[in-house]
Amino acid sequence: MRWINTKPGQGARLTLALLPFLLLLAAYMIGSAERLADNPNDKLLPGLDALGAAIQRMAFTPDVRTGDYLLWTDTAASLTRLAAGLGISILIALVLGLVIGTLPYARAMLSPFVDAISMVPPLALLPILFIVMGLGEASKIALIVIGVAPIMVRDLALTALALPREMIVKAETLSASSWQIALRVVLPQILPRLITTLRLQLGPAWLFLIAAEAISSDSGLGYRIFLVRRYLSMDVIFPYVLWITLLAILTDILLDRLRIAVFPWSELEKGK
Amino acid sequence: MSALSIKNLWKEYGDQIVLENASIEIESRAFVALVGPSGCGKSTFLRLLLGQEQQTKGEILLDGTPLPKEPGPDRGVVFQRYSVFPHLTVLGNVMLGKELKASRFAARLFGAAKREVEDEARTMIAAVGLAGSEDKYPAQLSGGMQQRLALAQALIMRPKVLLLDEPFGALDPGIRAEIHTLMKKLWHEAPMTVVMVTHDMREAFTLATRVVAFDRPRDRPEEKLRYGATITRDIAIWPPRKAGEASLFRPDRDGPVSSKGQ
Ligand SMILES: Nc1ncnc2c1ncn2[C@@H]1O[C@H](COP(=O)(O)OP(=O)(O)O)[C@@H](O)[C@H]1O
Ligand SMILES: [Mg+2]
Repeated sequence: MRWINTKPGQGARLTLALLPFLLLLAAYMIGSAERLADNPNDKLLPGLDALGAAIQRMAFTPDVRTGDYLLWTDTAASLTRLAAGLGISILIALVLGLVIGTLPYARAMLSPFVDAISMVPPLALLPILFIVMGLGEASKIALIVIGVAPIMVRDLALTALALPREMIVKAETLSASSWQIALRVVLPQILPRLITTLRLQLGPAWLFLIAAEAISSDSGLGYRIFLVRRYLSMDVIFPYVLWITLLAILTDILLDRLRIAVFPWSELEKGK
Repeated sequence: MSALSIKNLWKEYGDQIVLENASIEIESRAFVALVGPSGCGKSTFLRLLLGQEQQTKGEILLDGTPLPKEPGPDRGVVFQRYSVFPHLTVLGNVMLGKELKASRFAARLFGAAKREVEDEARTMIAAVGLAGSEDKYPAQLSGGMQQRLALAQALIMRPKVLLLDEPFGALDPGIRAEIHTLMKKLWHEAPMTVVMVTHDMREAFTLATRVVAFDRPRDRPEEKLRYGATITRDIAIWPPRKAGEASLFRPDRDGPVSSKGQ
C-alpha cells in the first residue's frame, strides 16, 4: 500500500502527536542534567526542581515588596492590553473590511491606503508611538493595533470580494439596498473569517505586546521576562514562555470552537 | 402583465462583439427557452435582462418601460450555482426577500410581522417540495433541493419575470425530471414570464412555449471577434402551451394545472 493511503488510528495519532513534545522535553532534561553535573550553579538550563521552585515563587507566593502574585498580575496586565488591542483591531477590520469589500468607491479610496499601511514595519513605529503617546498603556495598545489591524482589514476585504457575484445579484433581486446587502449578506459571511483571521493574528499580536512591554512597562509577561533576563533567571523565563504559549494555544482553540458554535454553517461549507 | 420587448440589442466586451442586433418580443406569461452553442452569449443576454450588465446598444422594455440599470425585485433569478445564501437556513433564505422589503433599516422582522412572513415562507417551501427541511443549511441539501430552494426564494417576491441560467444543468436526469414537473406547476400558478437558458434540448421542448436559438451567423476564426451571435431560430411549441391551462390534446403534457391557476 502507498504511504499516502496509510492512516494512523486514534491511539497512534495521539502517540505521534505527543512524540515531538516528549522528545523536546527529554532533550531539555538531558541537557540540563549534564550541565548541572558539570556545574551545580549553572543557570542556563535549570532542572525541574528549580523550575518548580520558580513557579511556586512567581505564581503562588505573594511578592515581598508589593504583596502581588506576580504571574497573575503580569498575566492580567498583558491580557488586558492584548484584549484592548485586538478588540480595537476587530472593530477597525470589520468596518473597513466590509466597506472596502462592498463599495467600489470606498475600495478605490481606502484599499491602496490600507495596503500601504500594512507594509509599514510596526516595530519601527514603536519609538514614534512612545514619543507621541507616552510610555503608558496607549502606546502598547496602539502598537498591537497598527501591527495586526491592516492585515485583518485586507483579509476581510478580500473575503468579502471573493463572495460570488451571483449572491450579490440575487440579493438585489430580493430588493436589497446596499446597506441591507452589507448587513445581511456580506457581514454574516465574513464573520467566520474574522475569527479565523484573529486566530492567525494572535502570534503577531503577542509579538508586538511583548516588544512593547520589554521596552517600557512595570508589569506584564513580556516586562517580567526582560526584567529577570538581567539576572539570567532562566528558571523564570522558561515557565513564562511556556505560559504565554499555553495561553495562545488555548485562545486559538477556543476561538475555533466559538466559530463552529456561532456559525455552524461555516463548518458545513468547508471542503466544498 | 409582464411582456418583454428587446430591440436591436448589441453587447460588446472591448473589441469582442458578443451579441449582435438581437430583437425579440416576448409576450406576457411566455416560457422562453434560450438554446445555442456554448460561449455564444446566452448568459450575457440573460445578464442584460437582469440588469446586471448594460447593453452597448439597443433597448429592453418591460411592459413598455426601459429596464432600470440594476437588478430589482421585478426580475427574479436562479443561477446554476451560488443562488442561495450559505449562512441562512432554508427558512431564512426564503424569508430574506420579504424581510428586506419590509424592514429597510434593520433588514429583519420581529413579532407578528415576522410570523406572518414565516407562514408565507413555509407555504412556499412546501410548494417546492422542501417541507421538513426548513431548518437545514444549503450545505446540507442535495443539488436538486438547493435549486428548489433558489426557486422558492425568488418566487416569494412574485417577480414579473423569472430568469434562469442553466438552473438544472448540474442535476441527475431523474432529479431533473422531478424538478421539471415542479417548474411547470410554478409557471402555471405564478403570474410571471420565464426566460430560461439551457443546453438541454429536451428540457427546452419539455418546458417552453417557445424555443429561441442563438448562434453566430459568421463563425470563421477570423470573423469571431467582429461578428456576434444573434437570434437565428424562434420556434413556437405546437400544440401551444398556455400558462394555467392544460394541454388540449394531452392534458397531462404540461404538468399539474391547479384549479386556481390563471
Ligand atoms: N465580463 C466579460 N468580459 C469579457 N468577455 C466576456 C464577459 N462575459 C462573457 N464574455 C464573453 O462573451 C462570450 C459569451 O459568453 P456567455 O454569455 O457566458 O456564453 P454562454 O452562456 O452562451 O455559454 C464568451 O466568448 C465570453 O468569453
Ligand atoms: Mg452560460
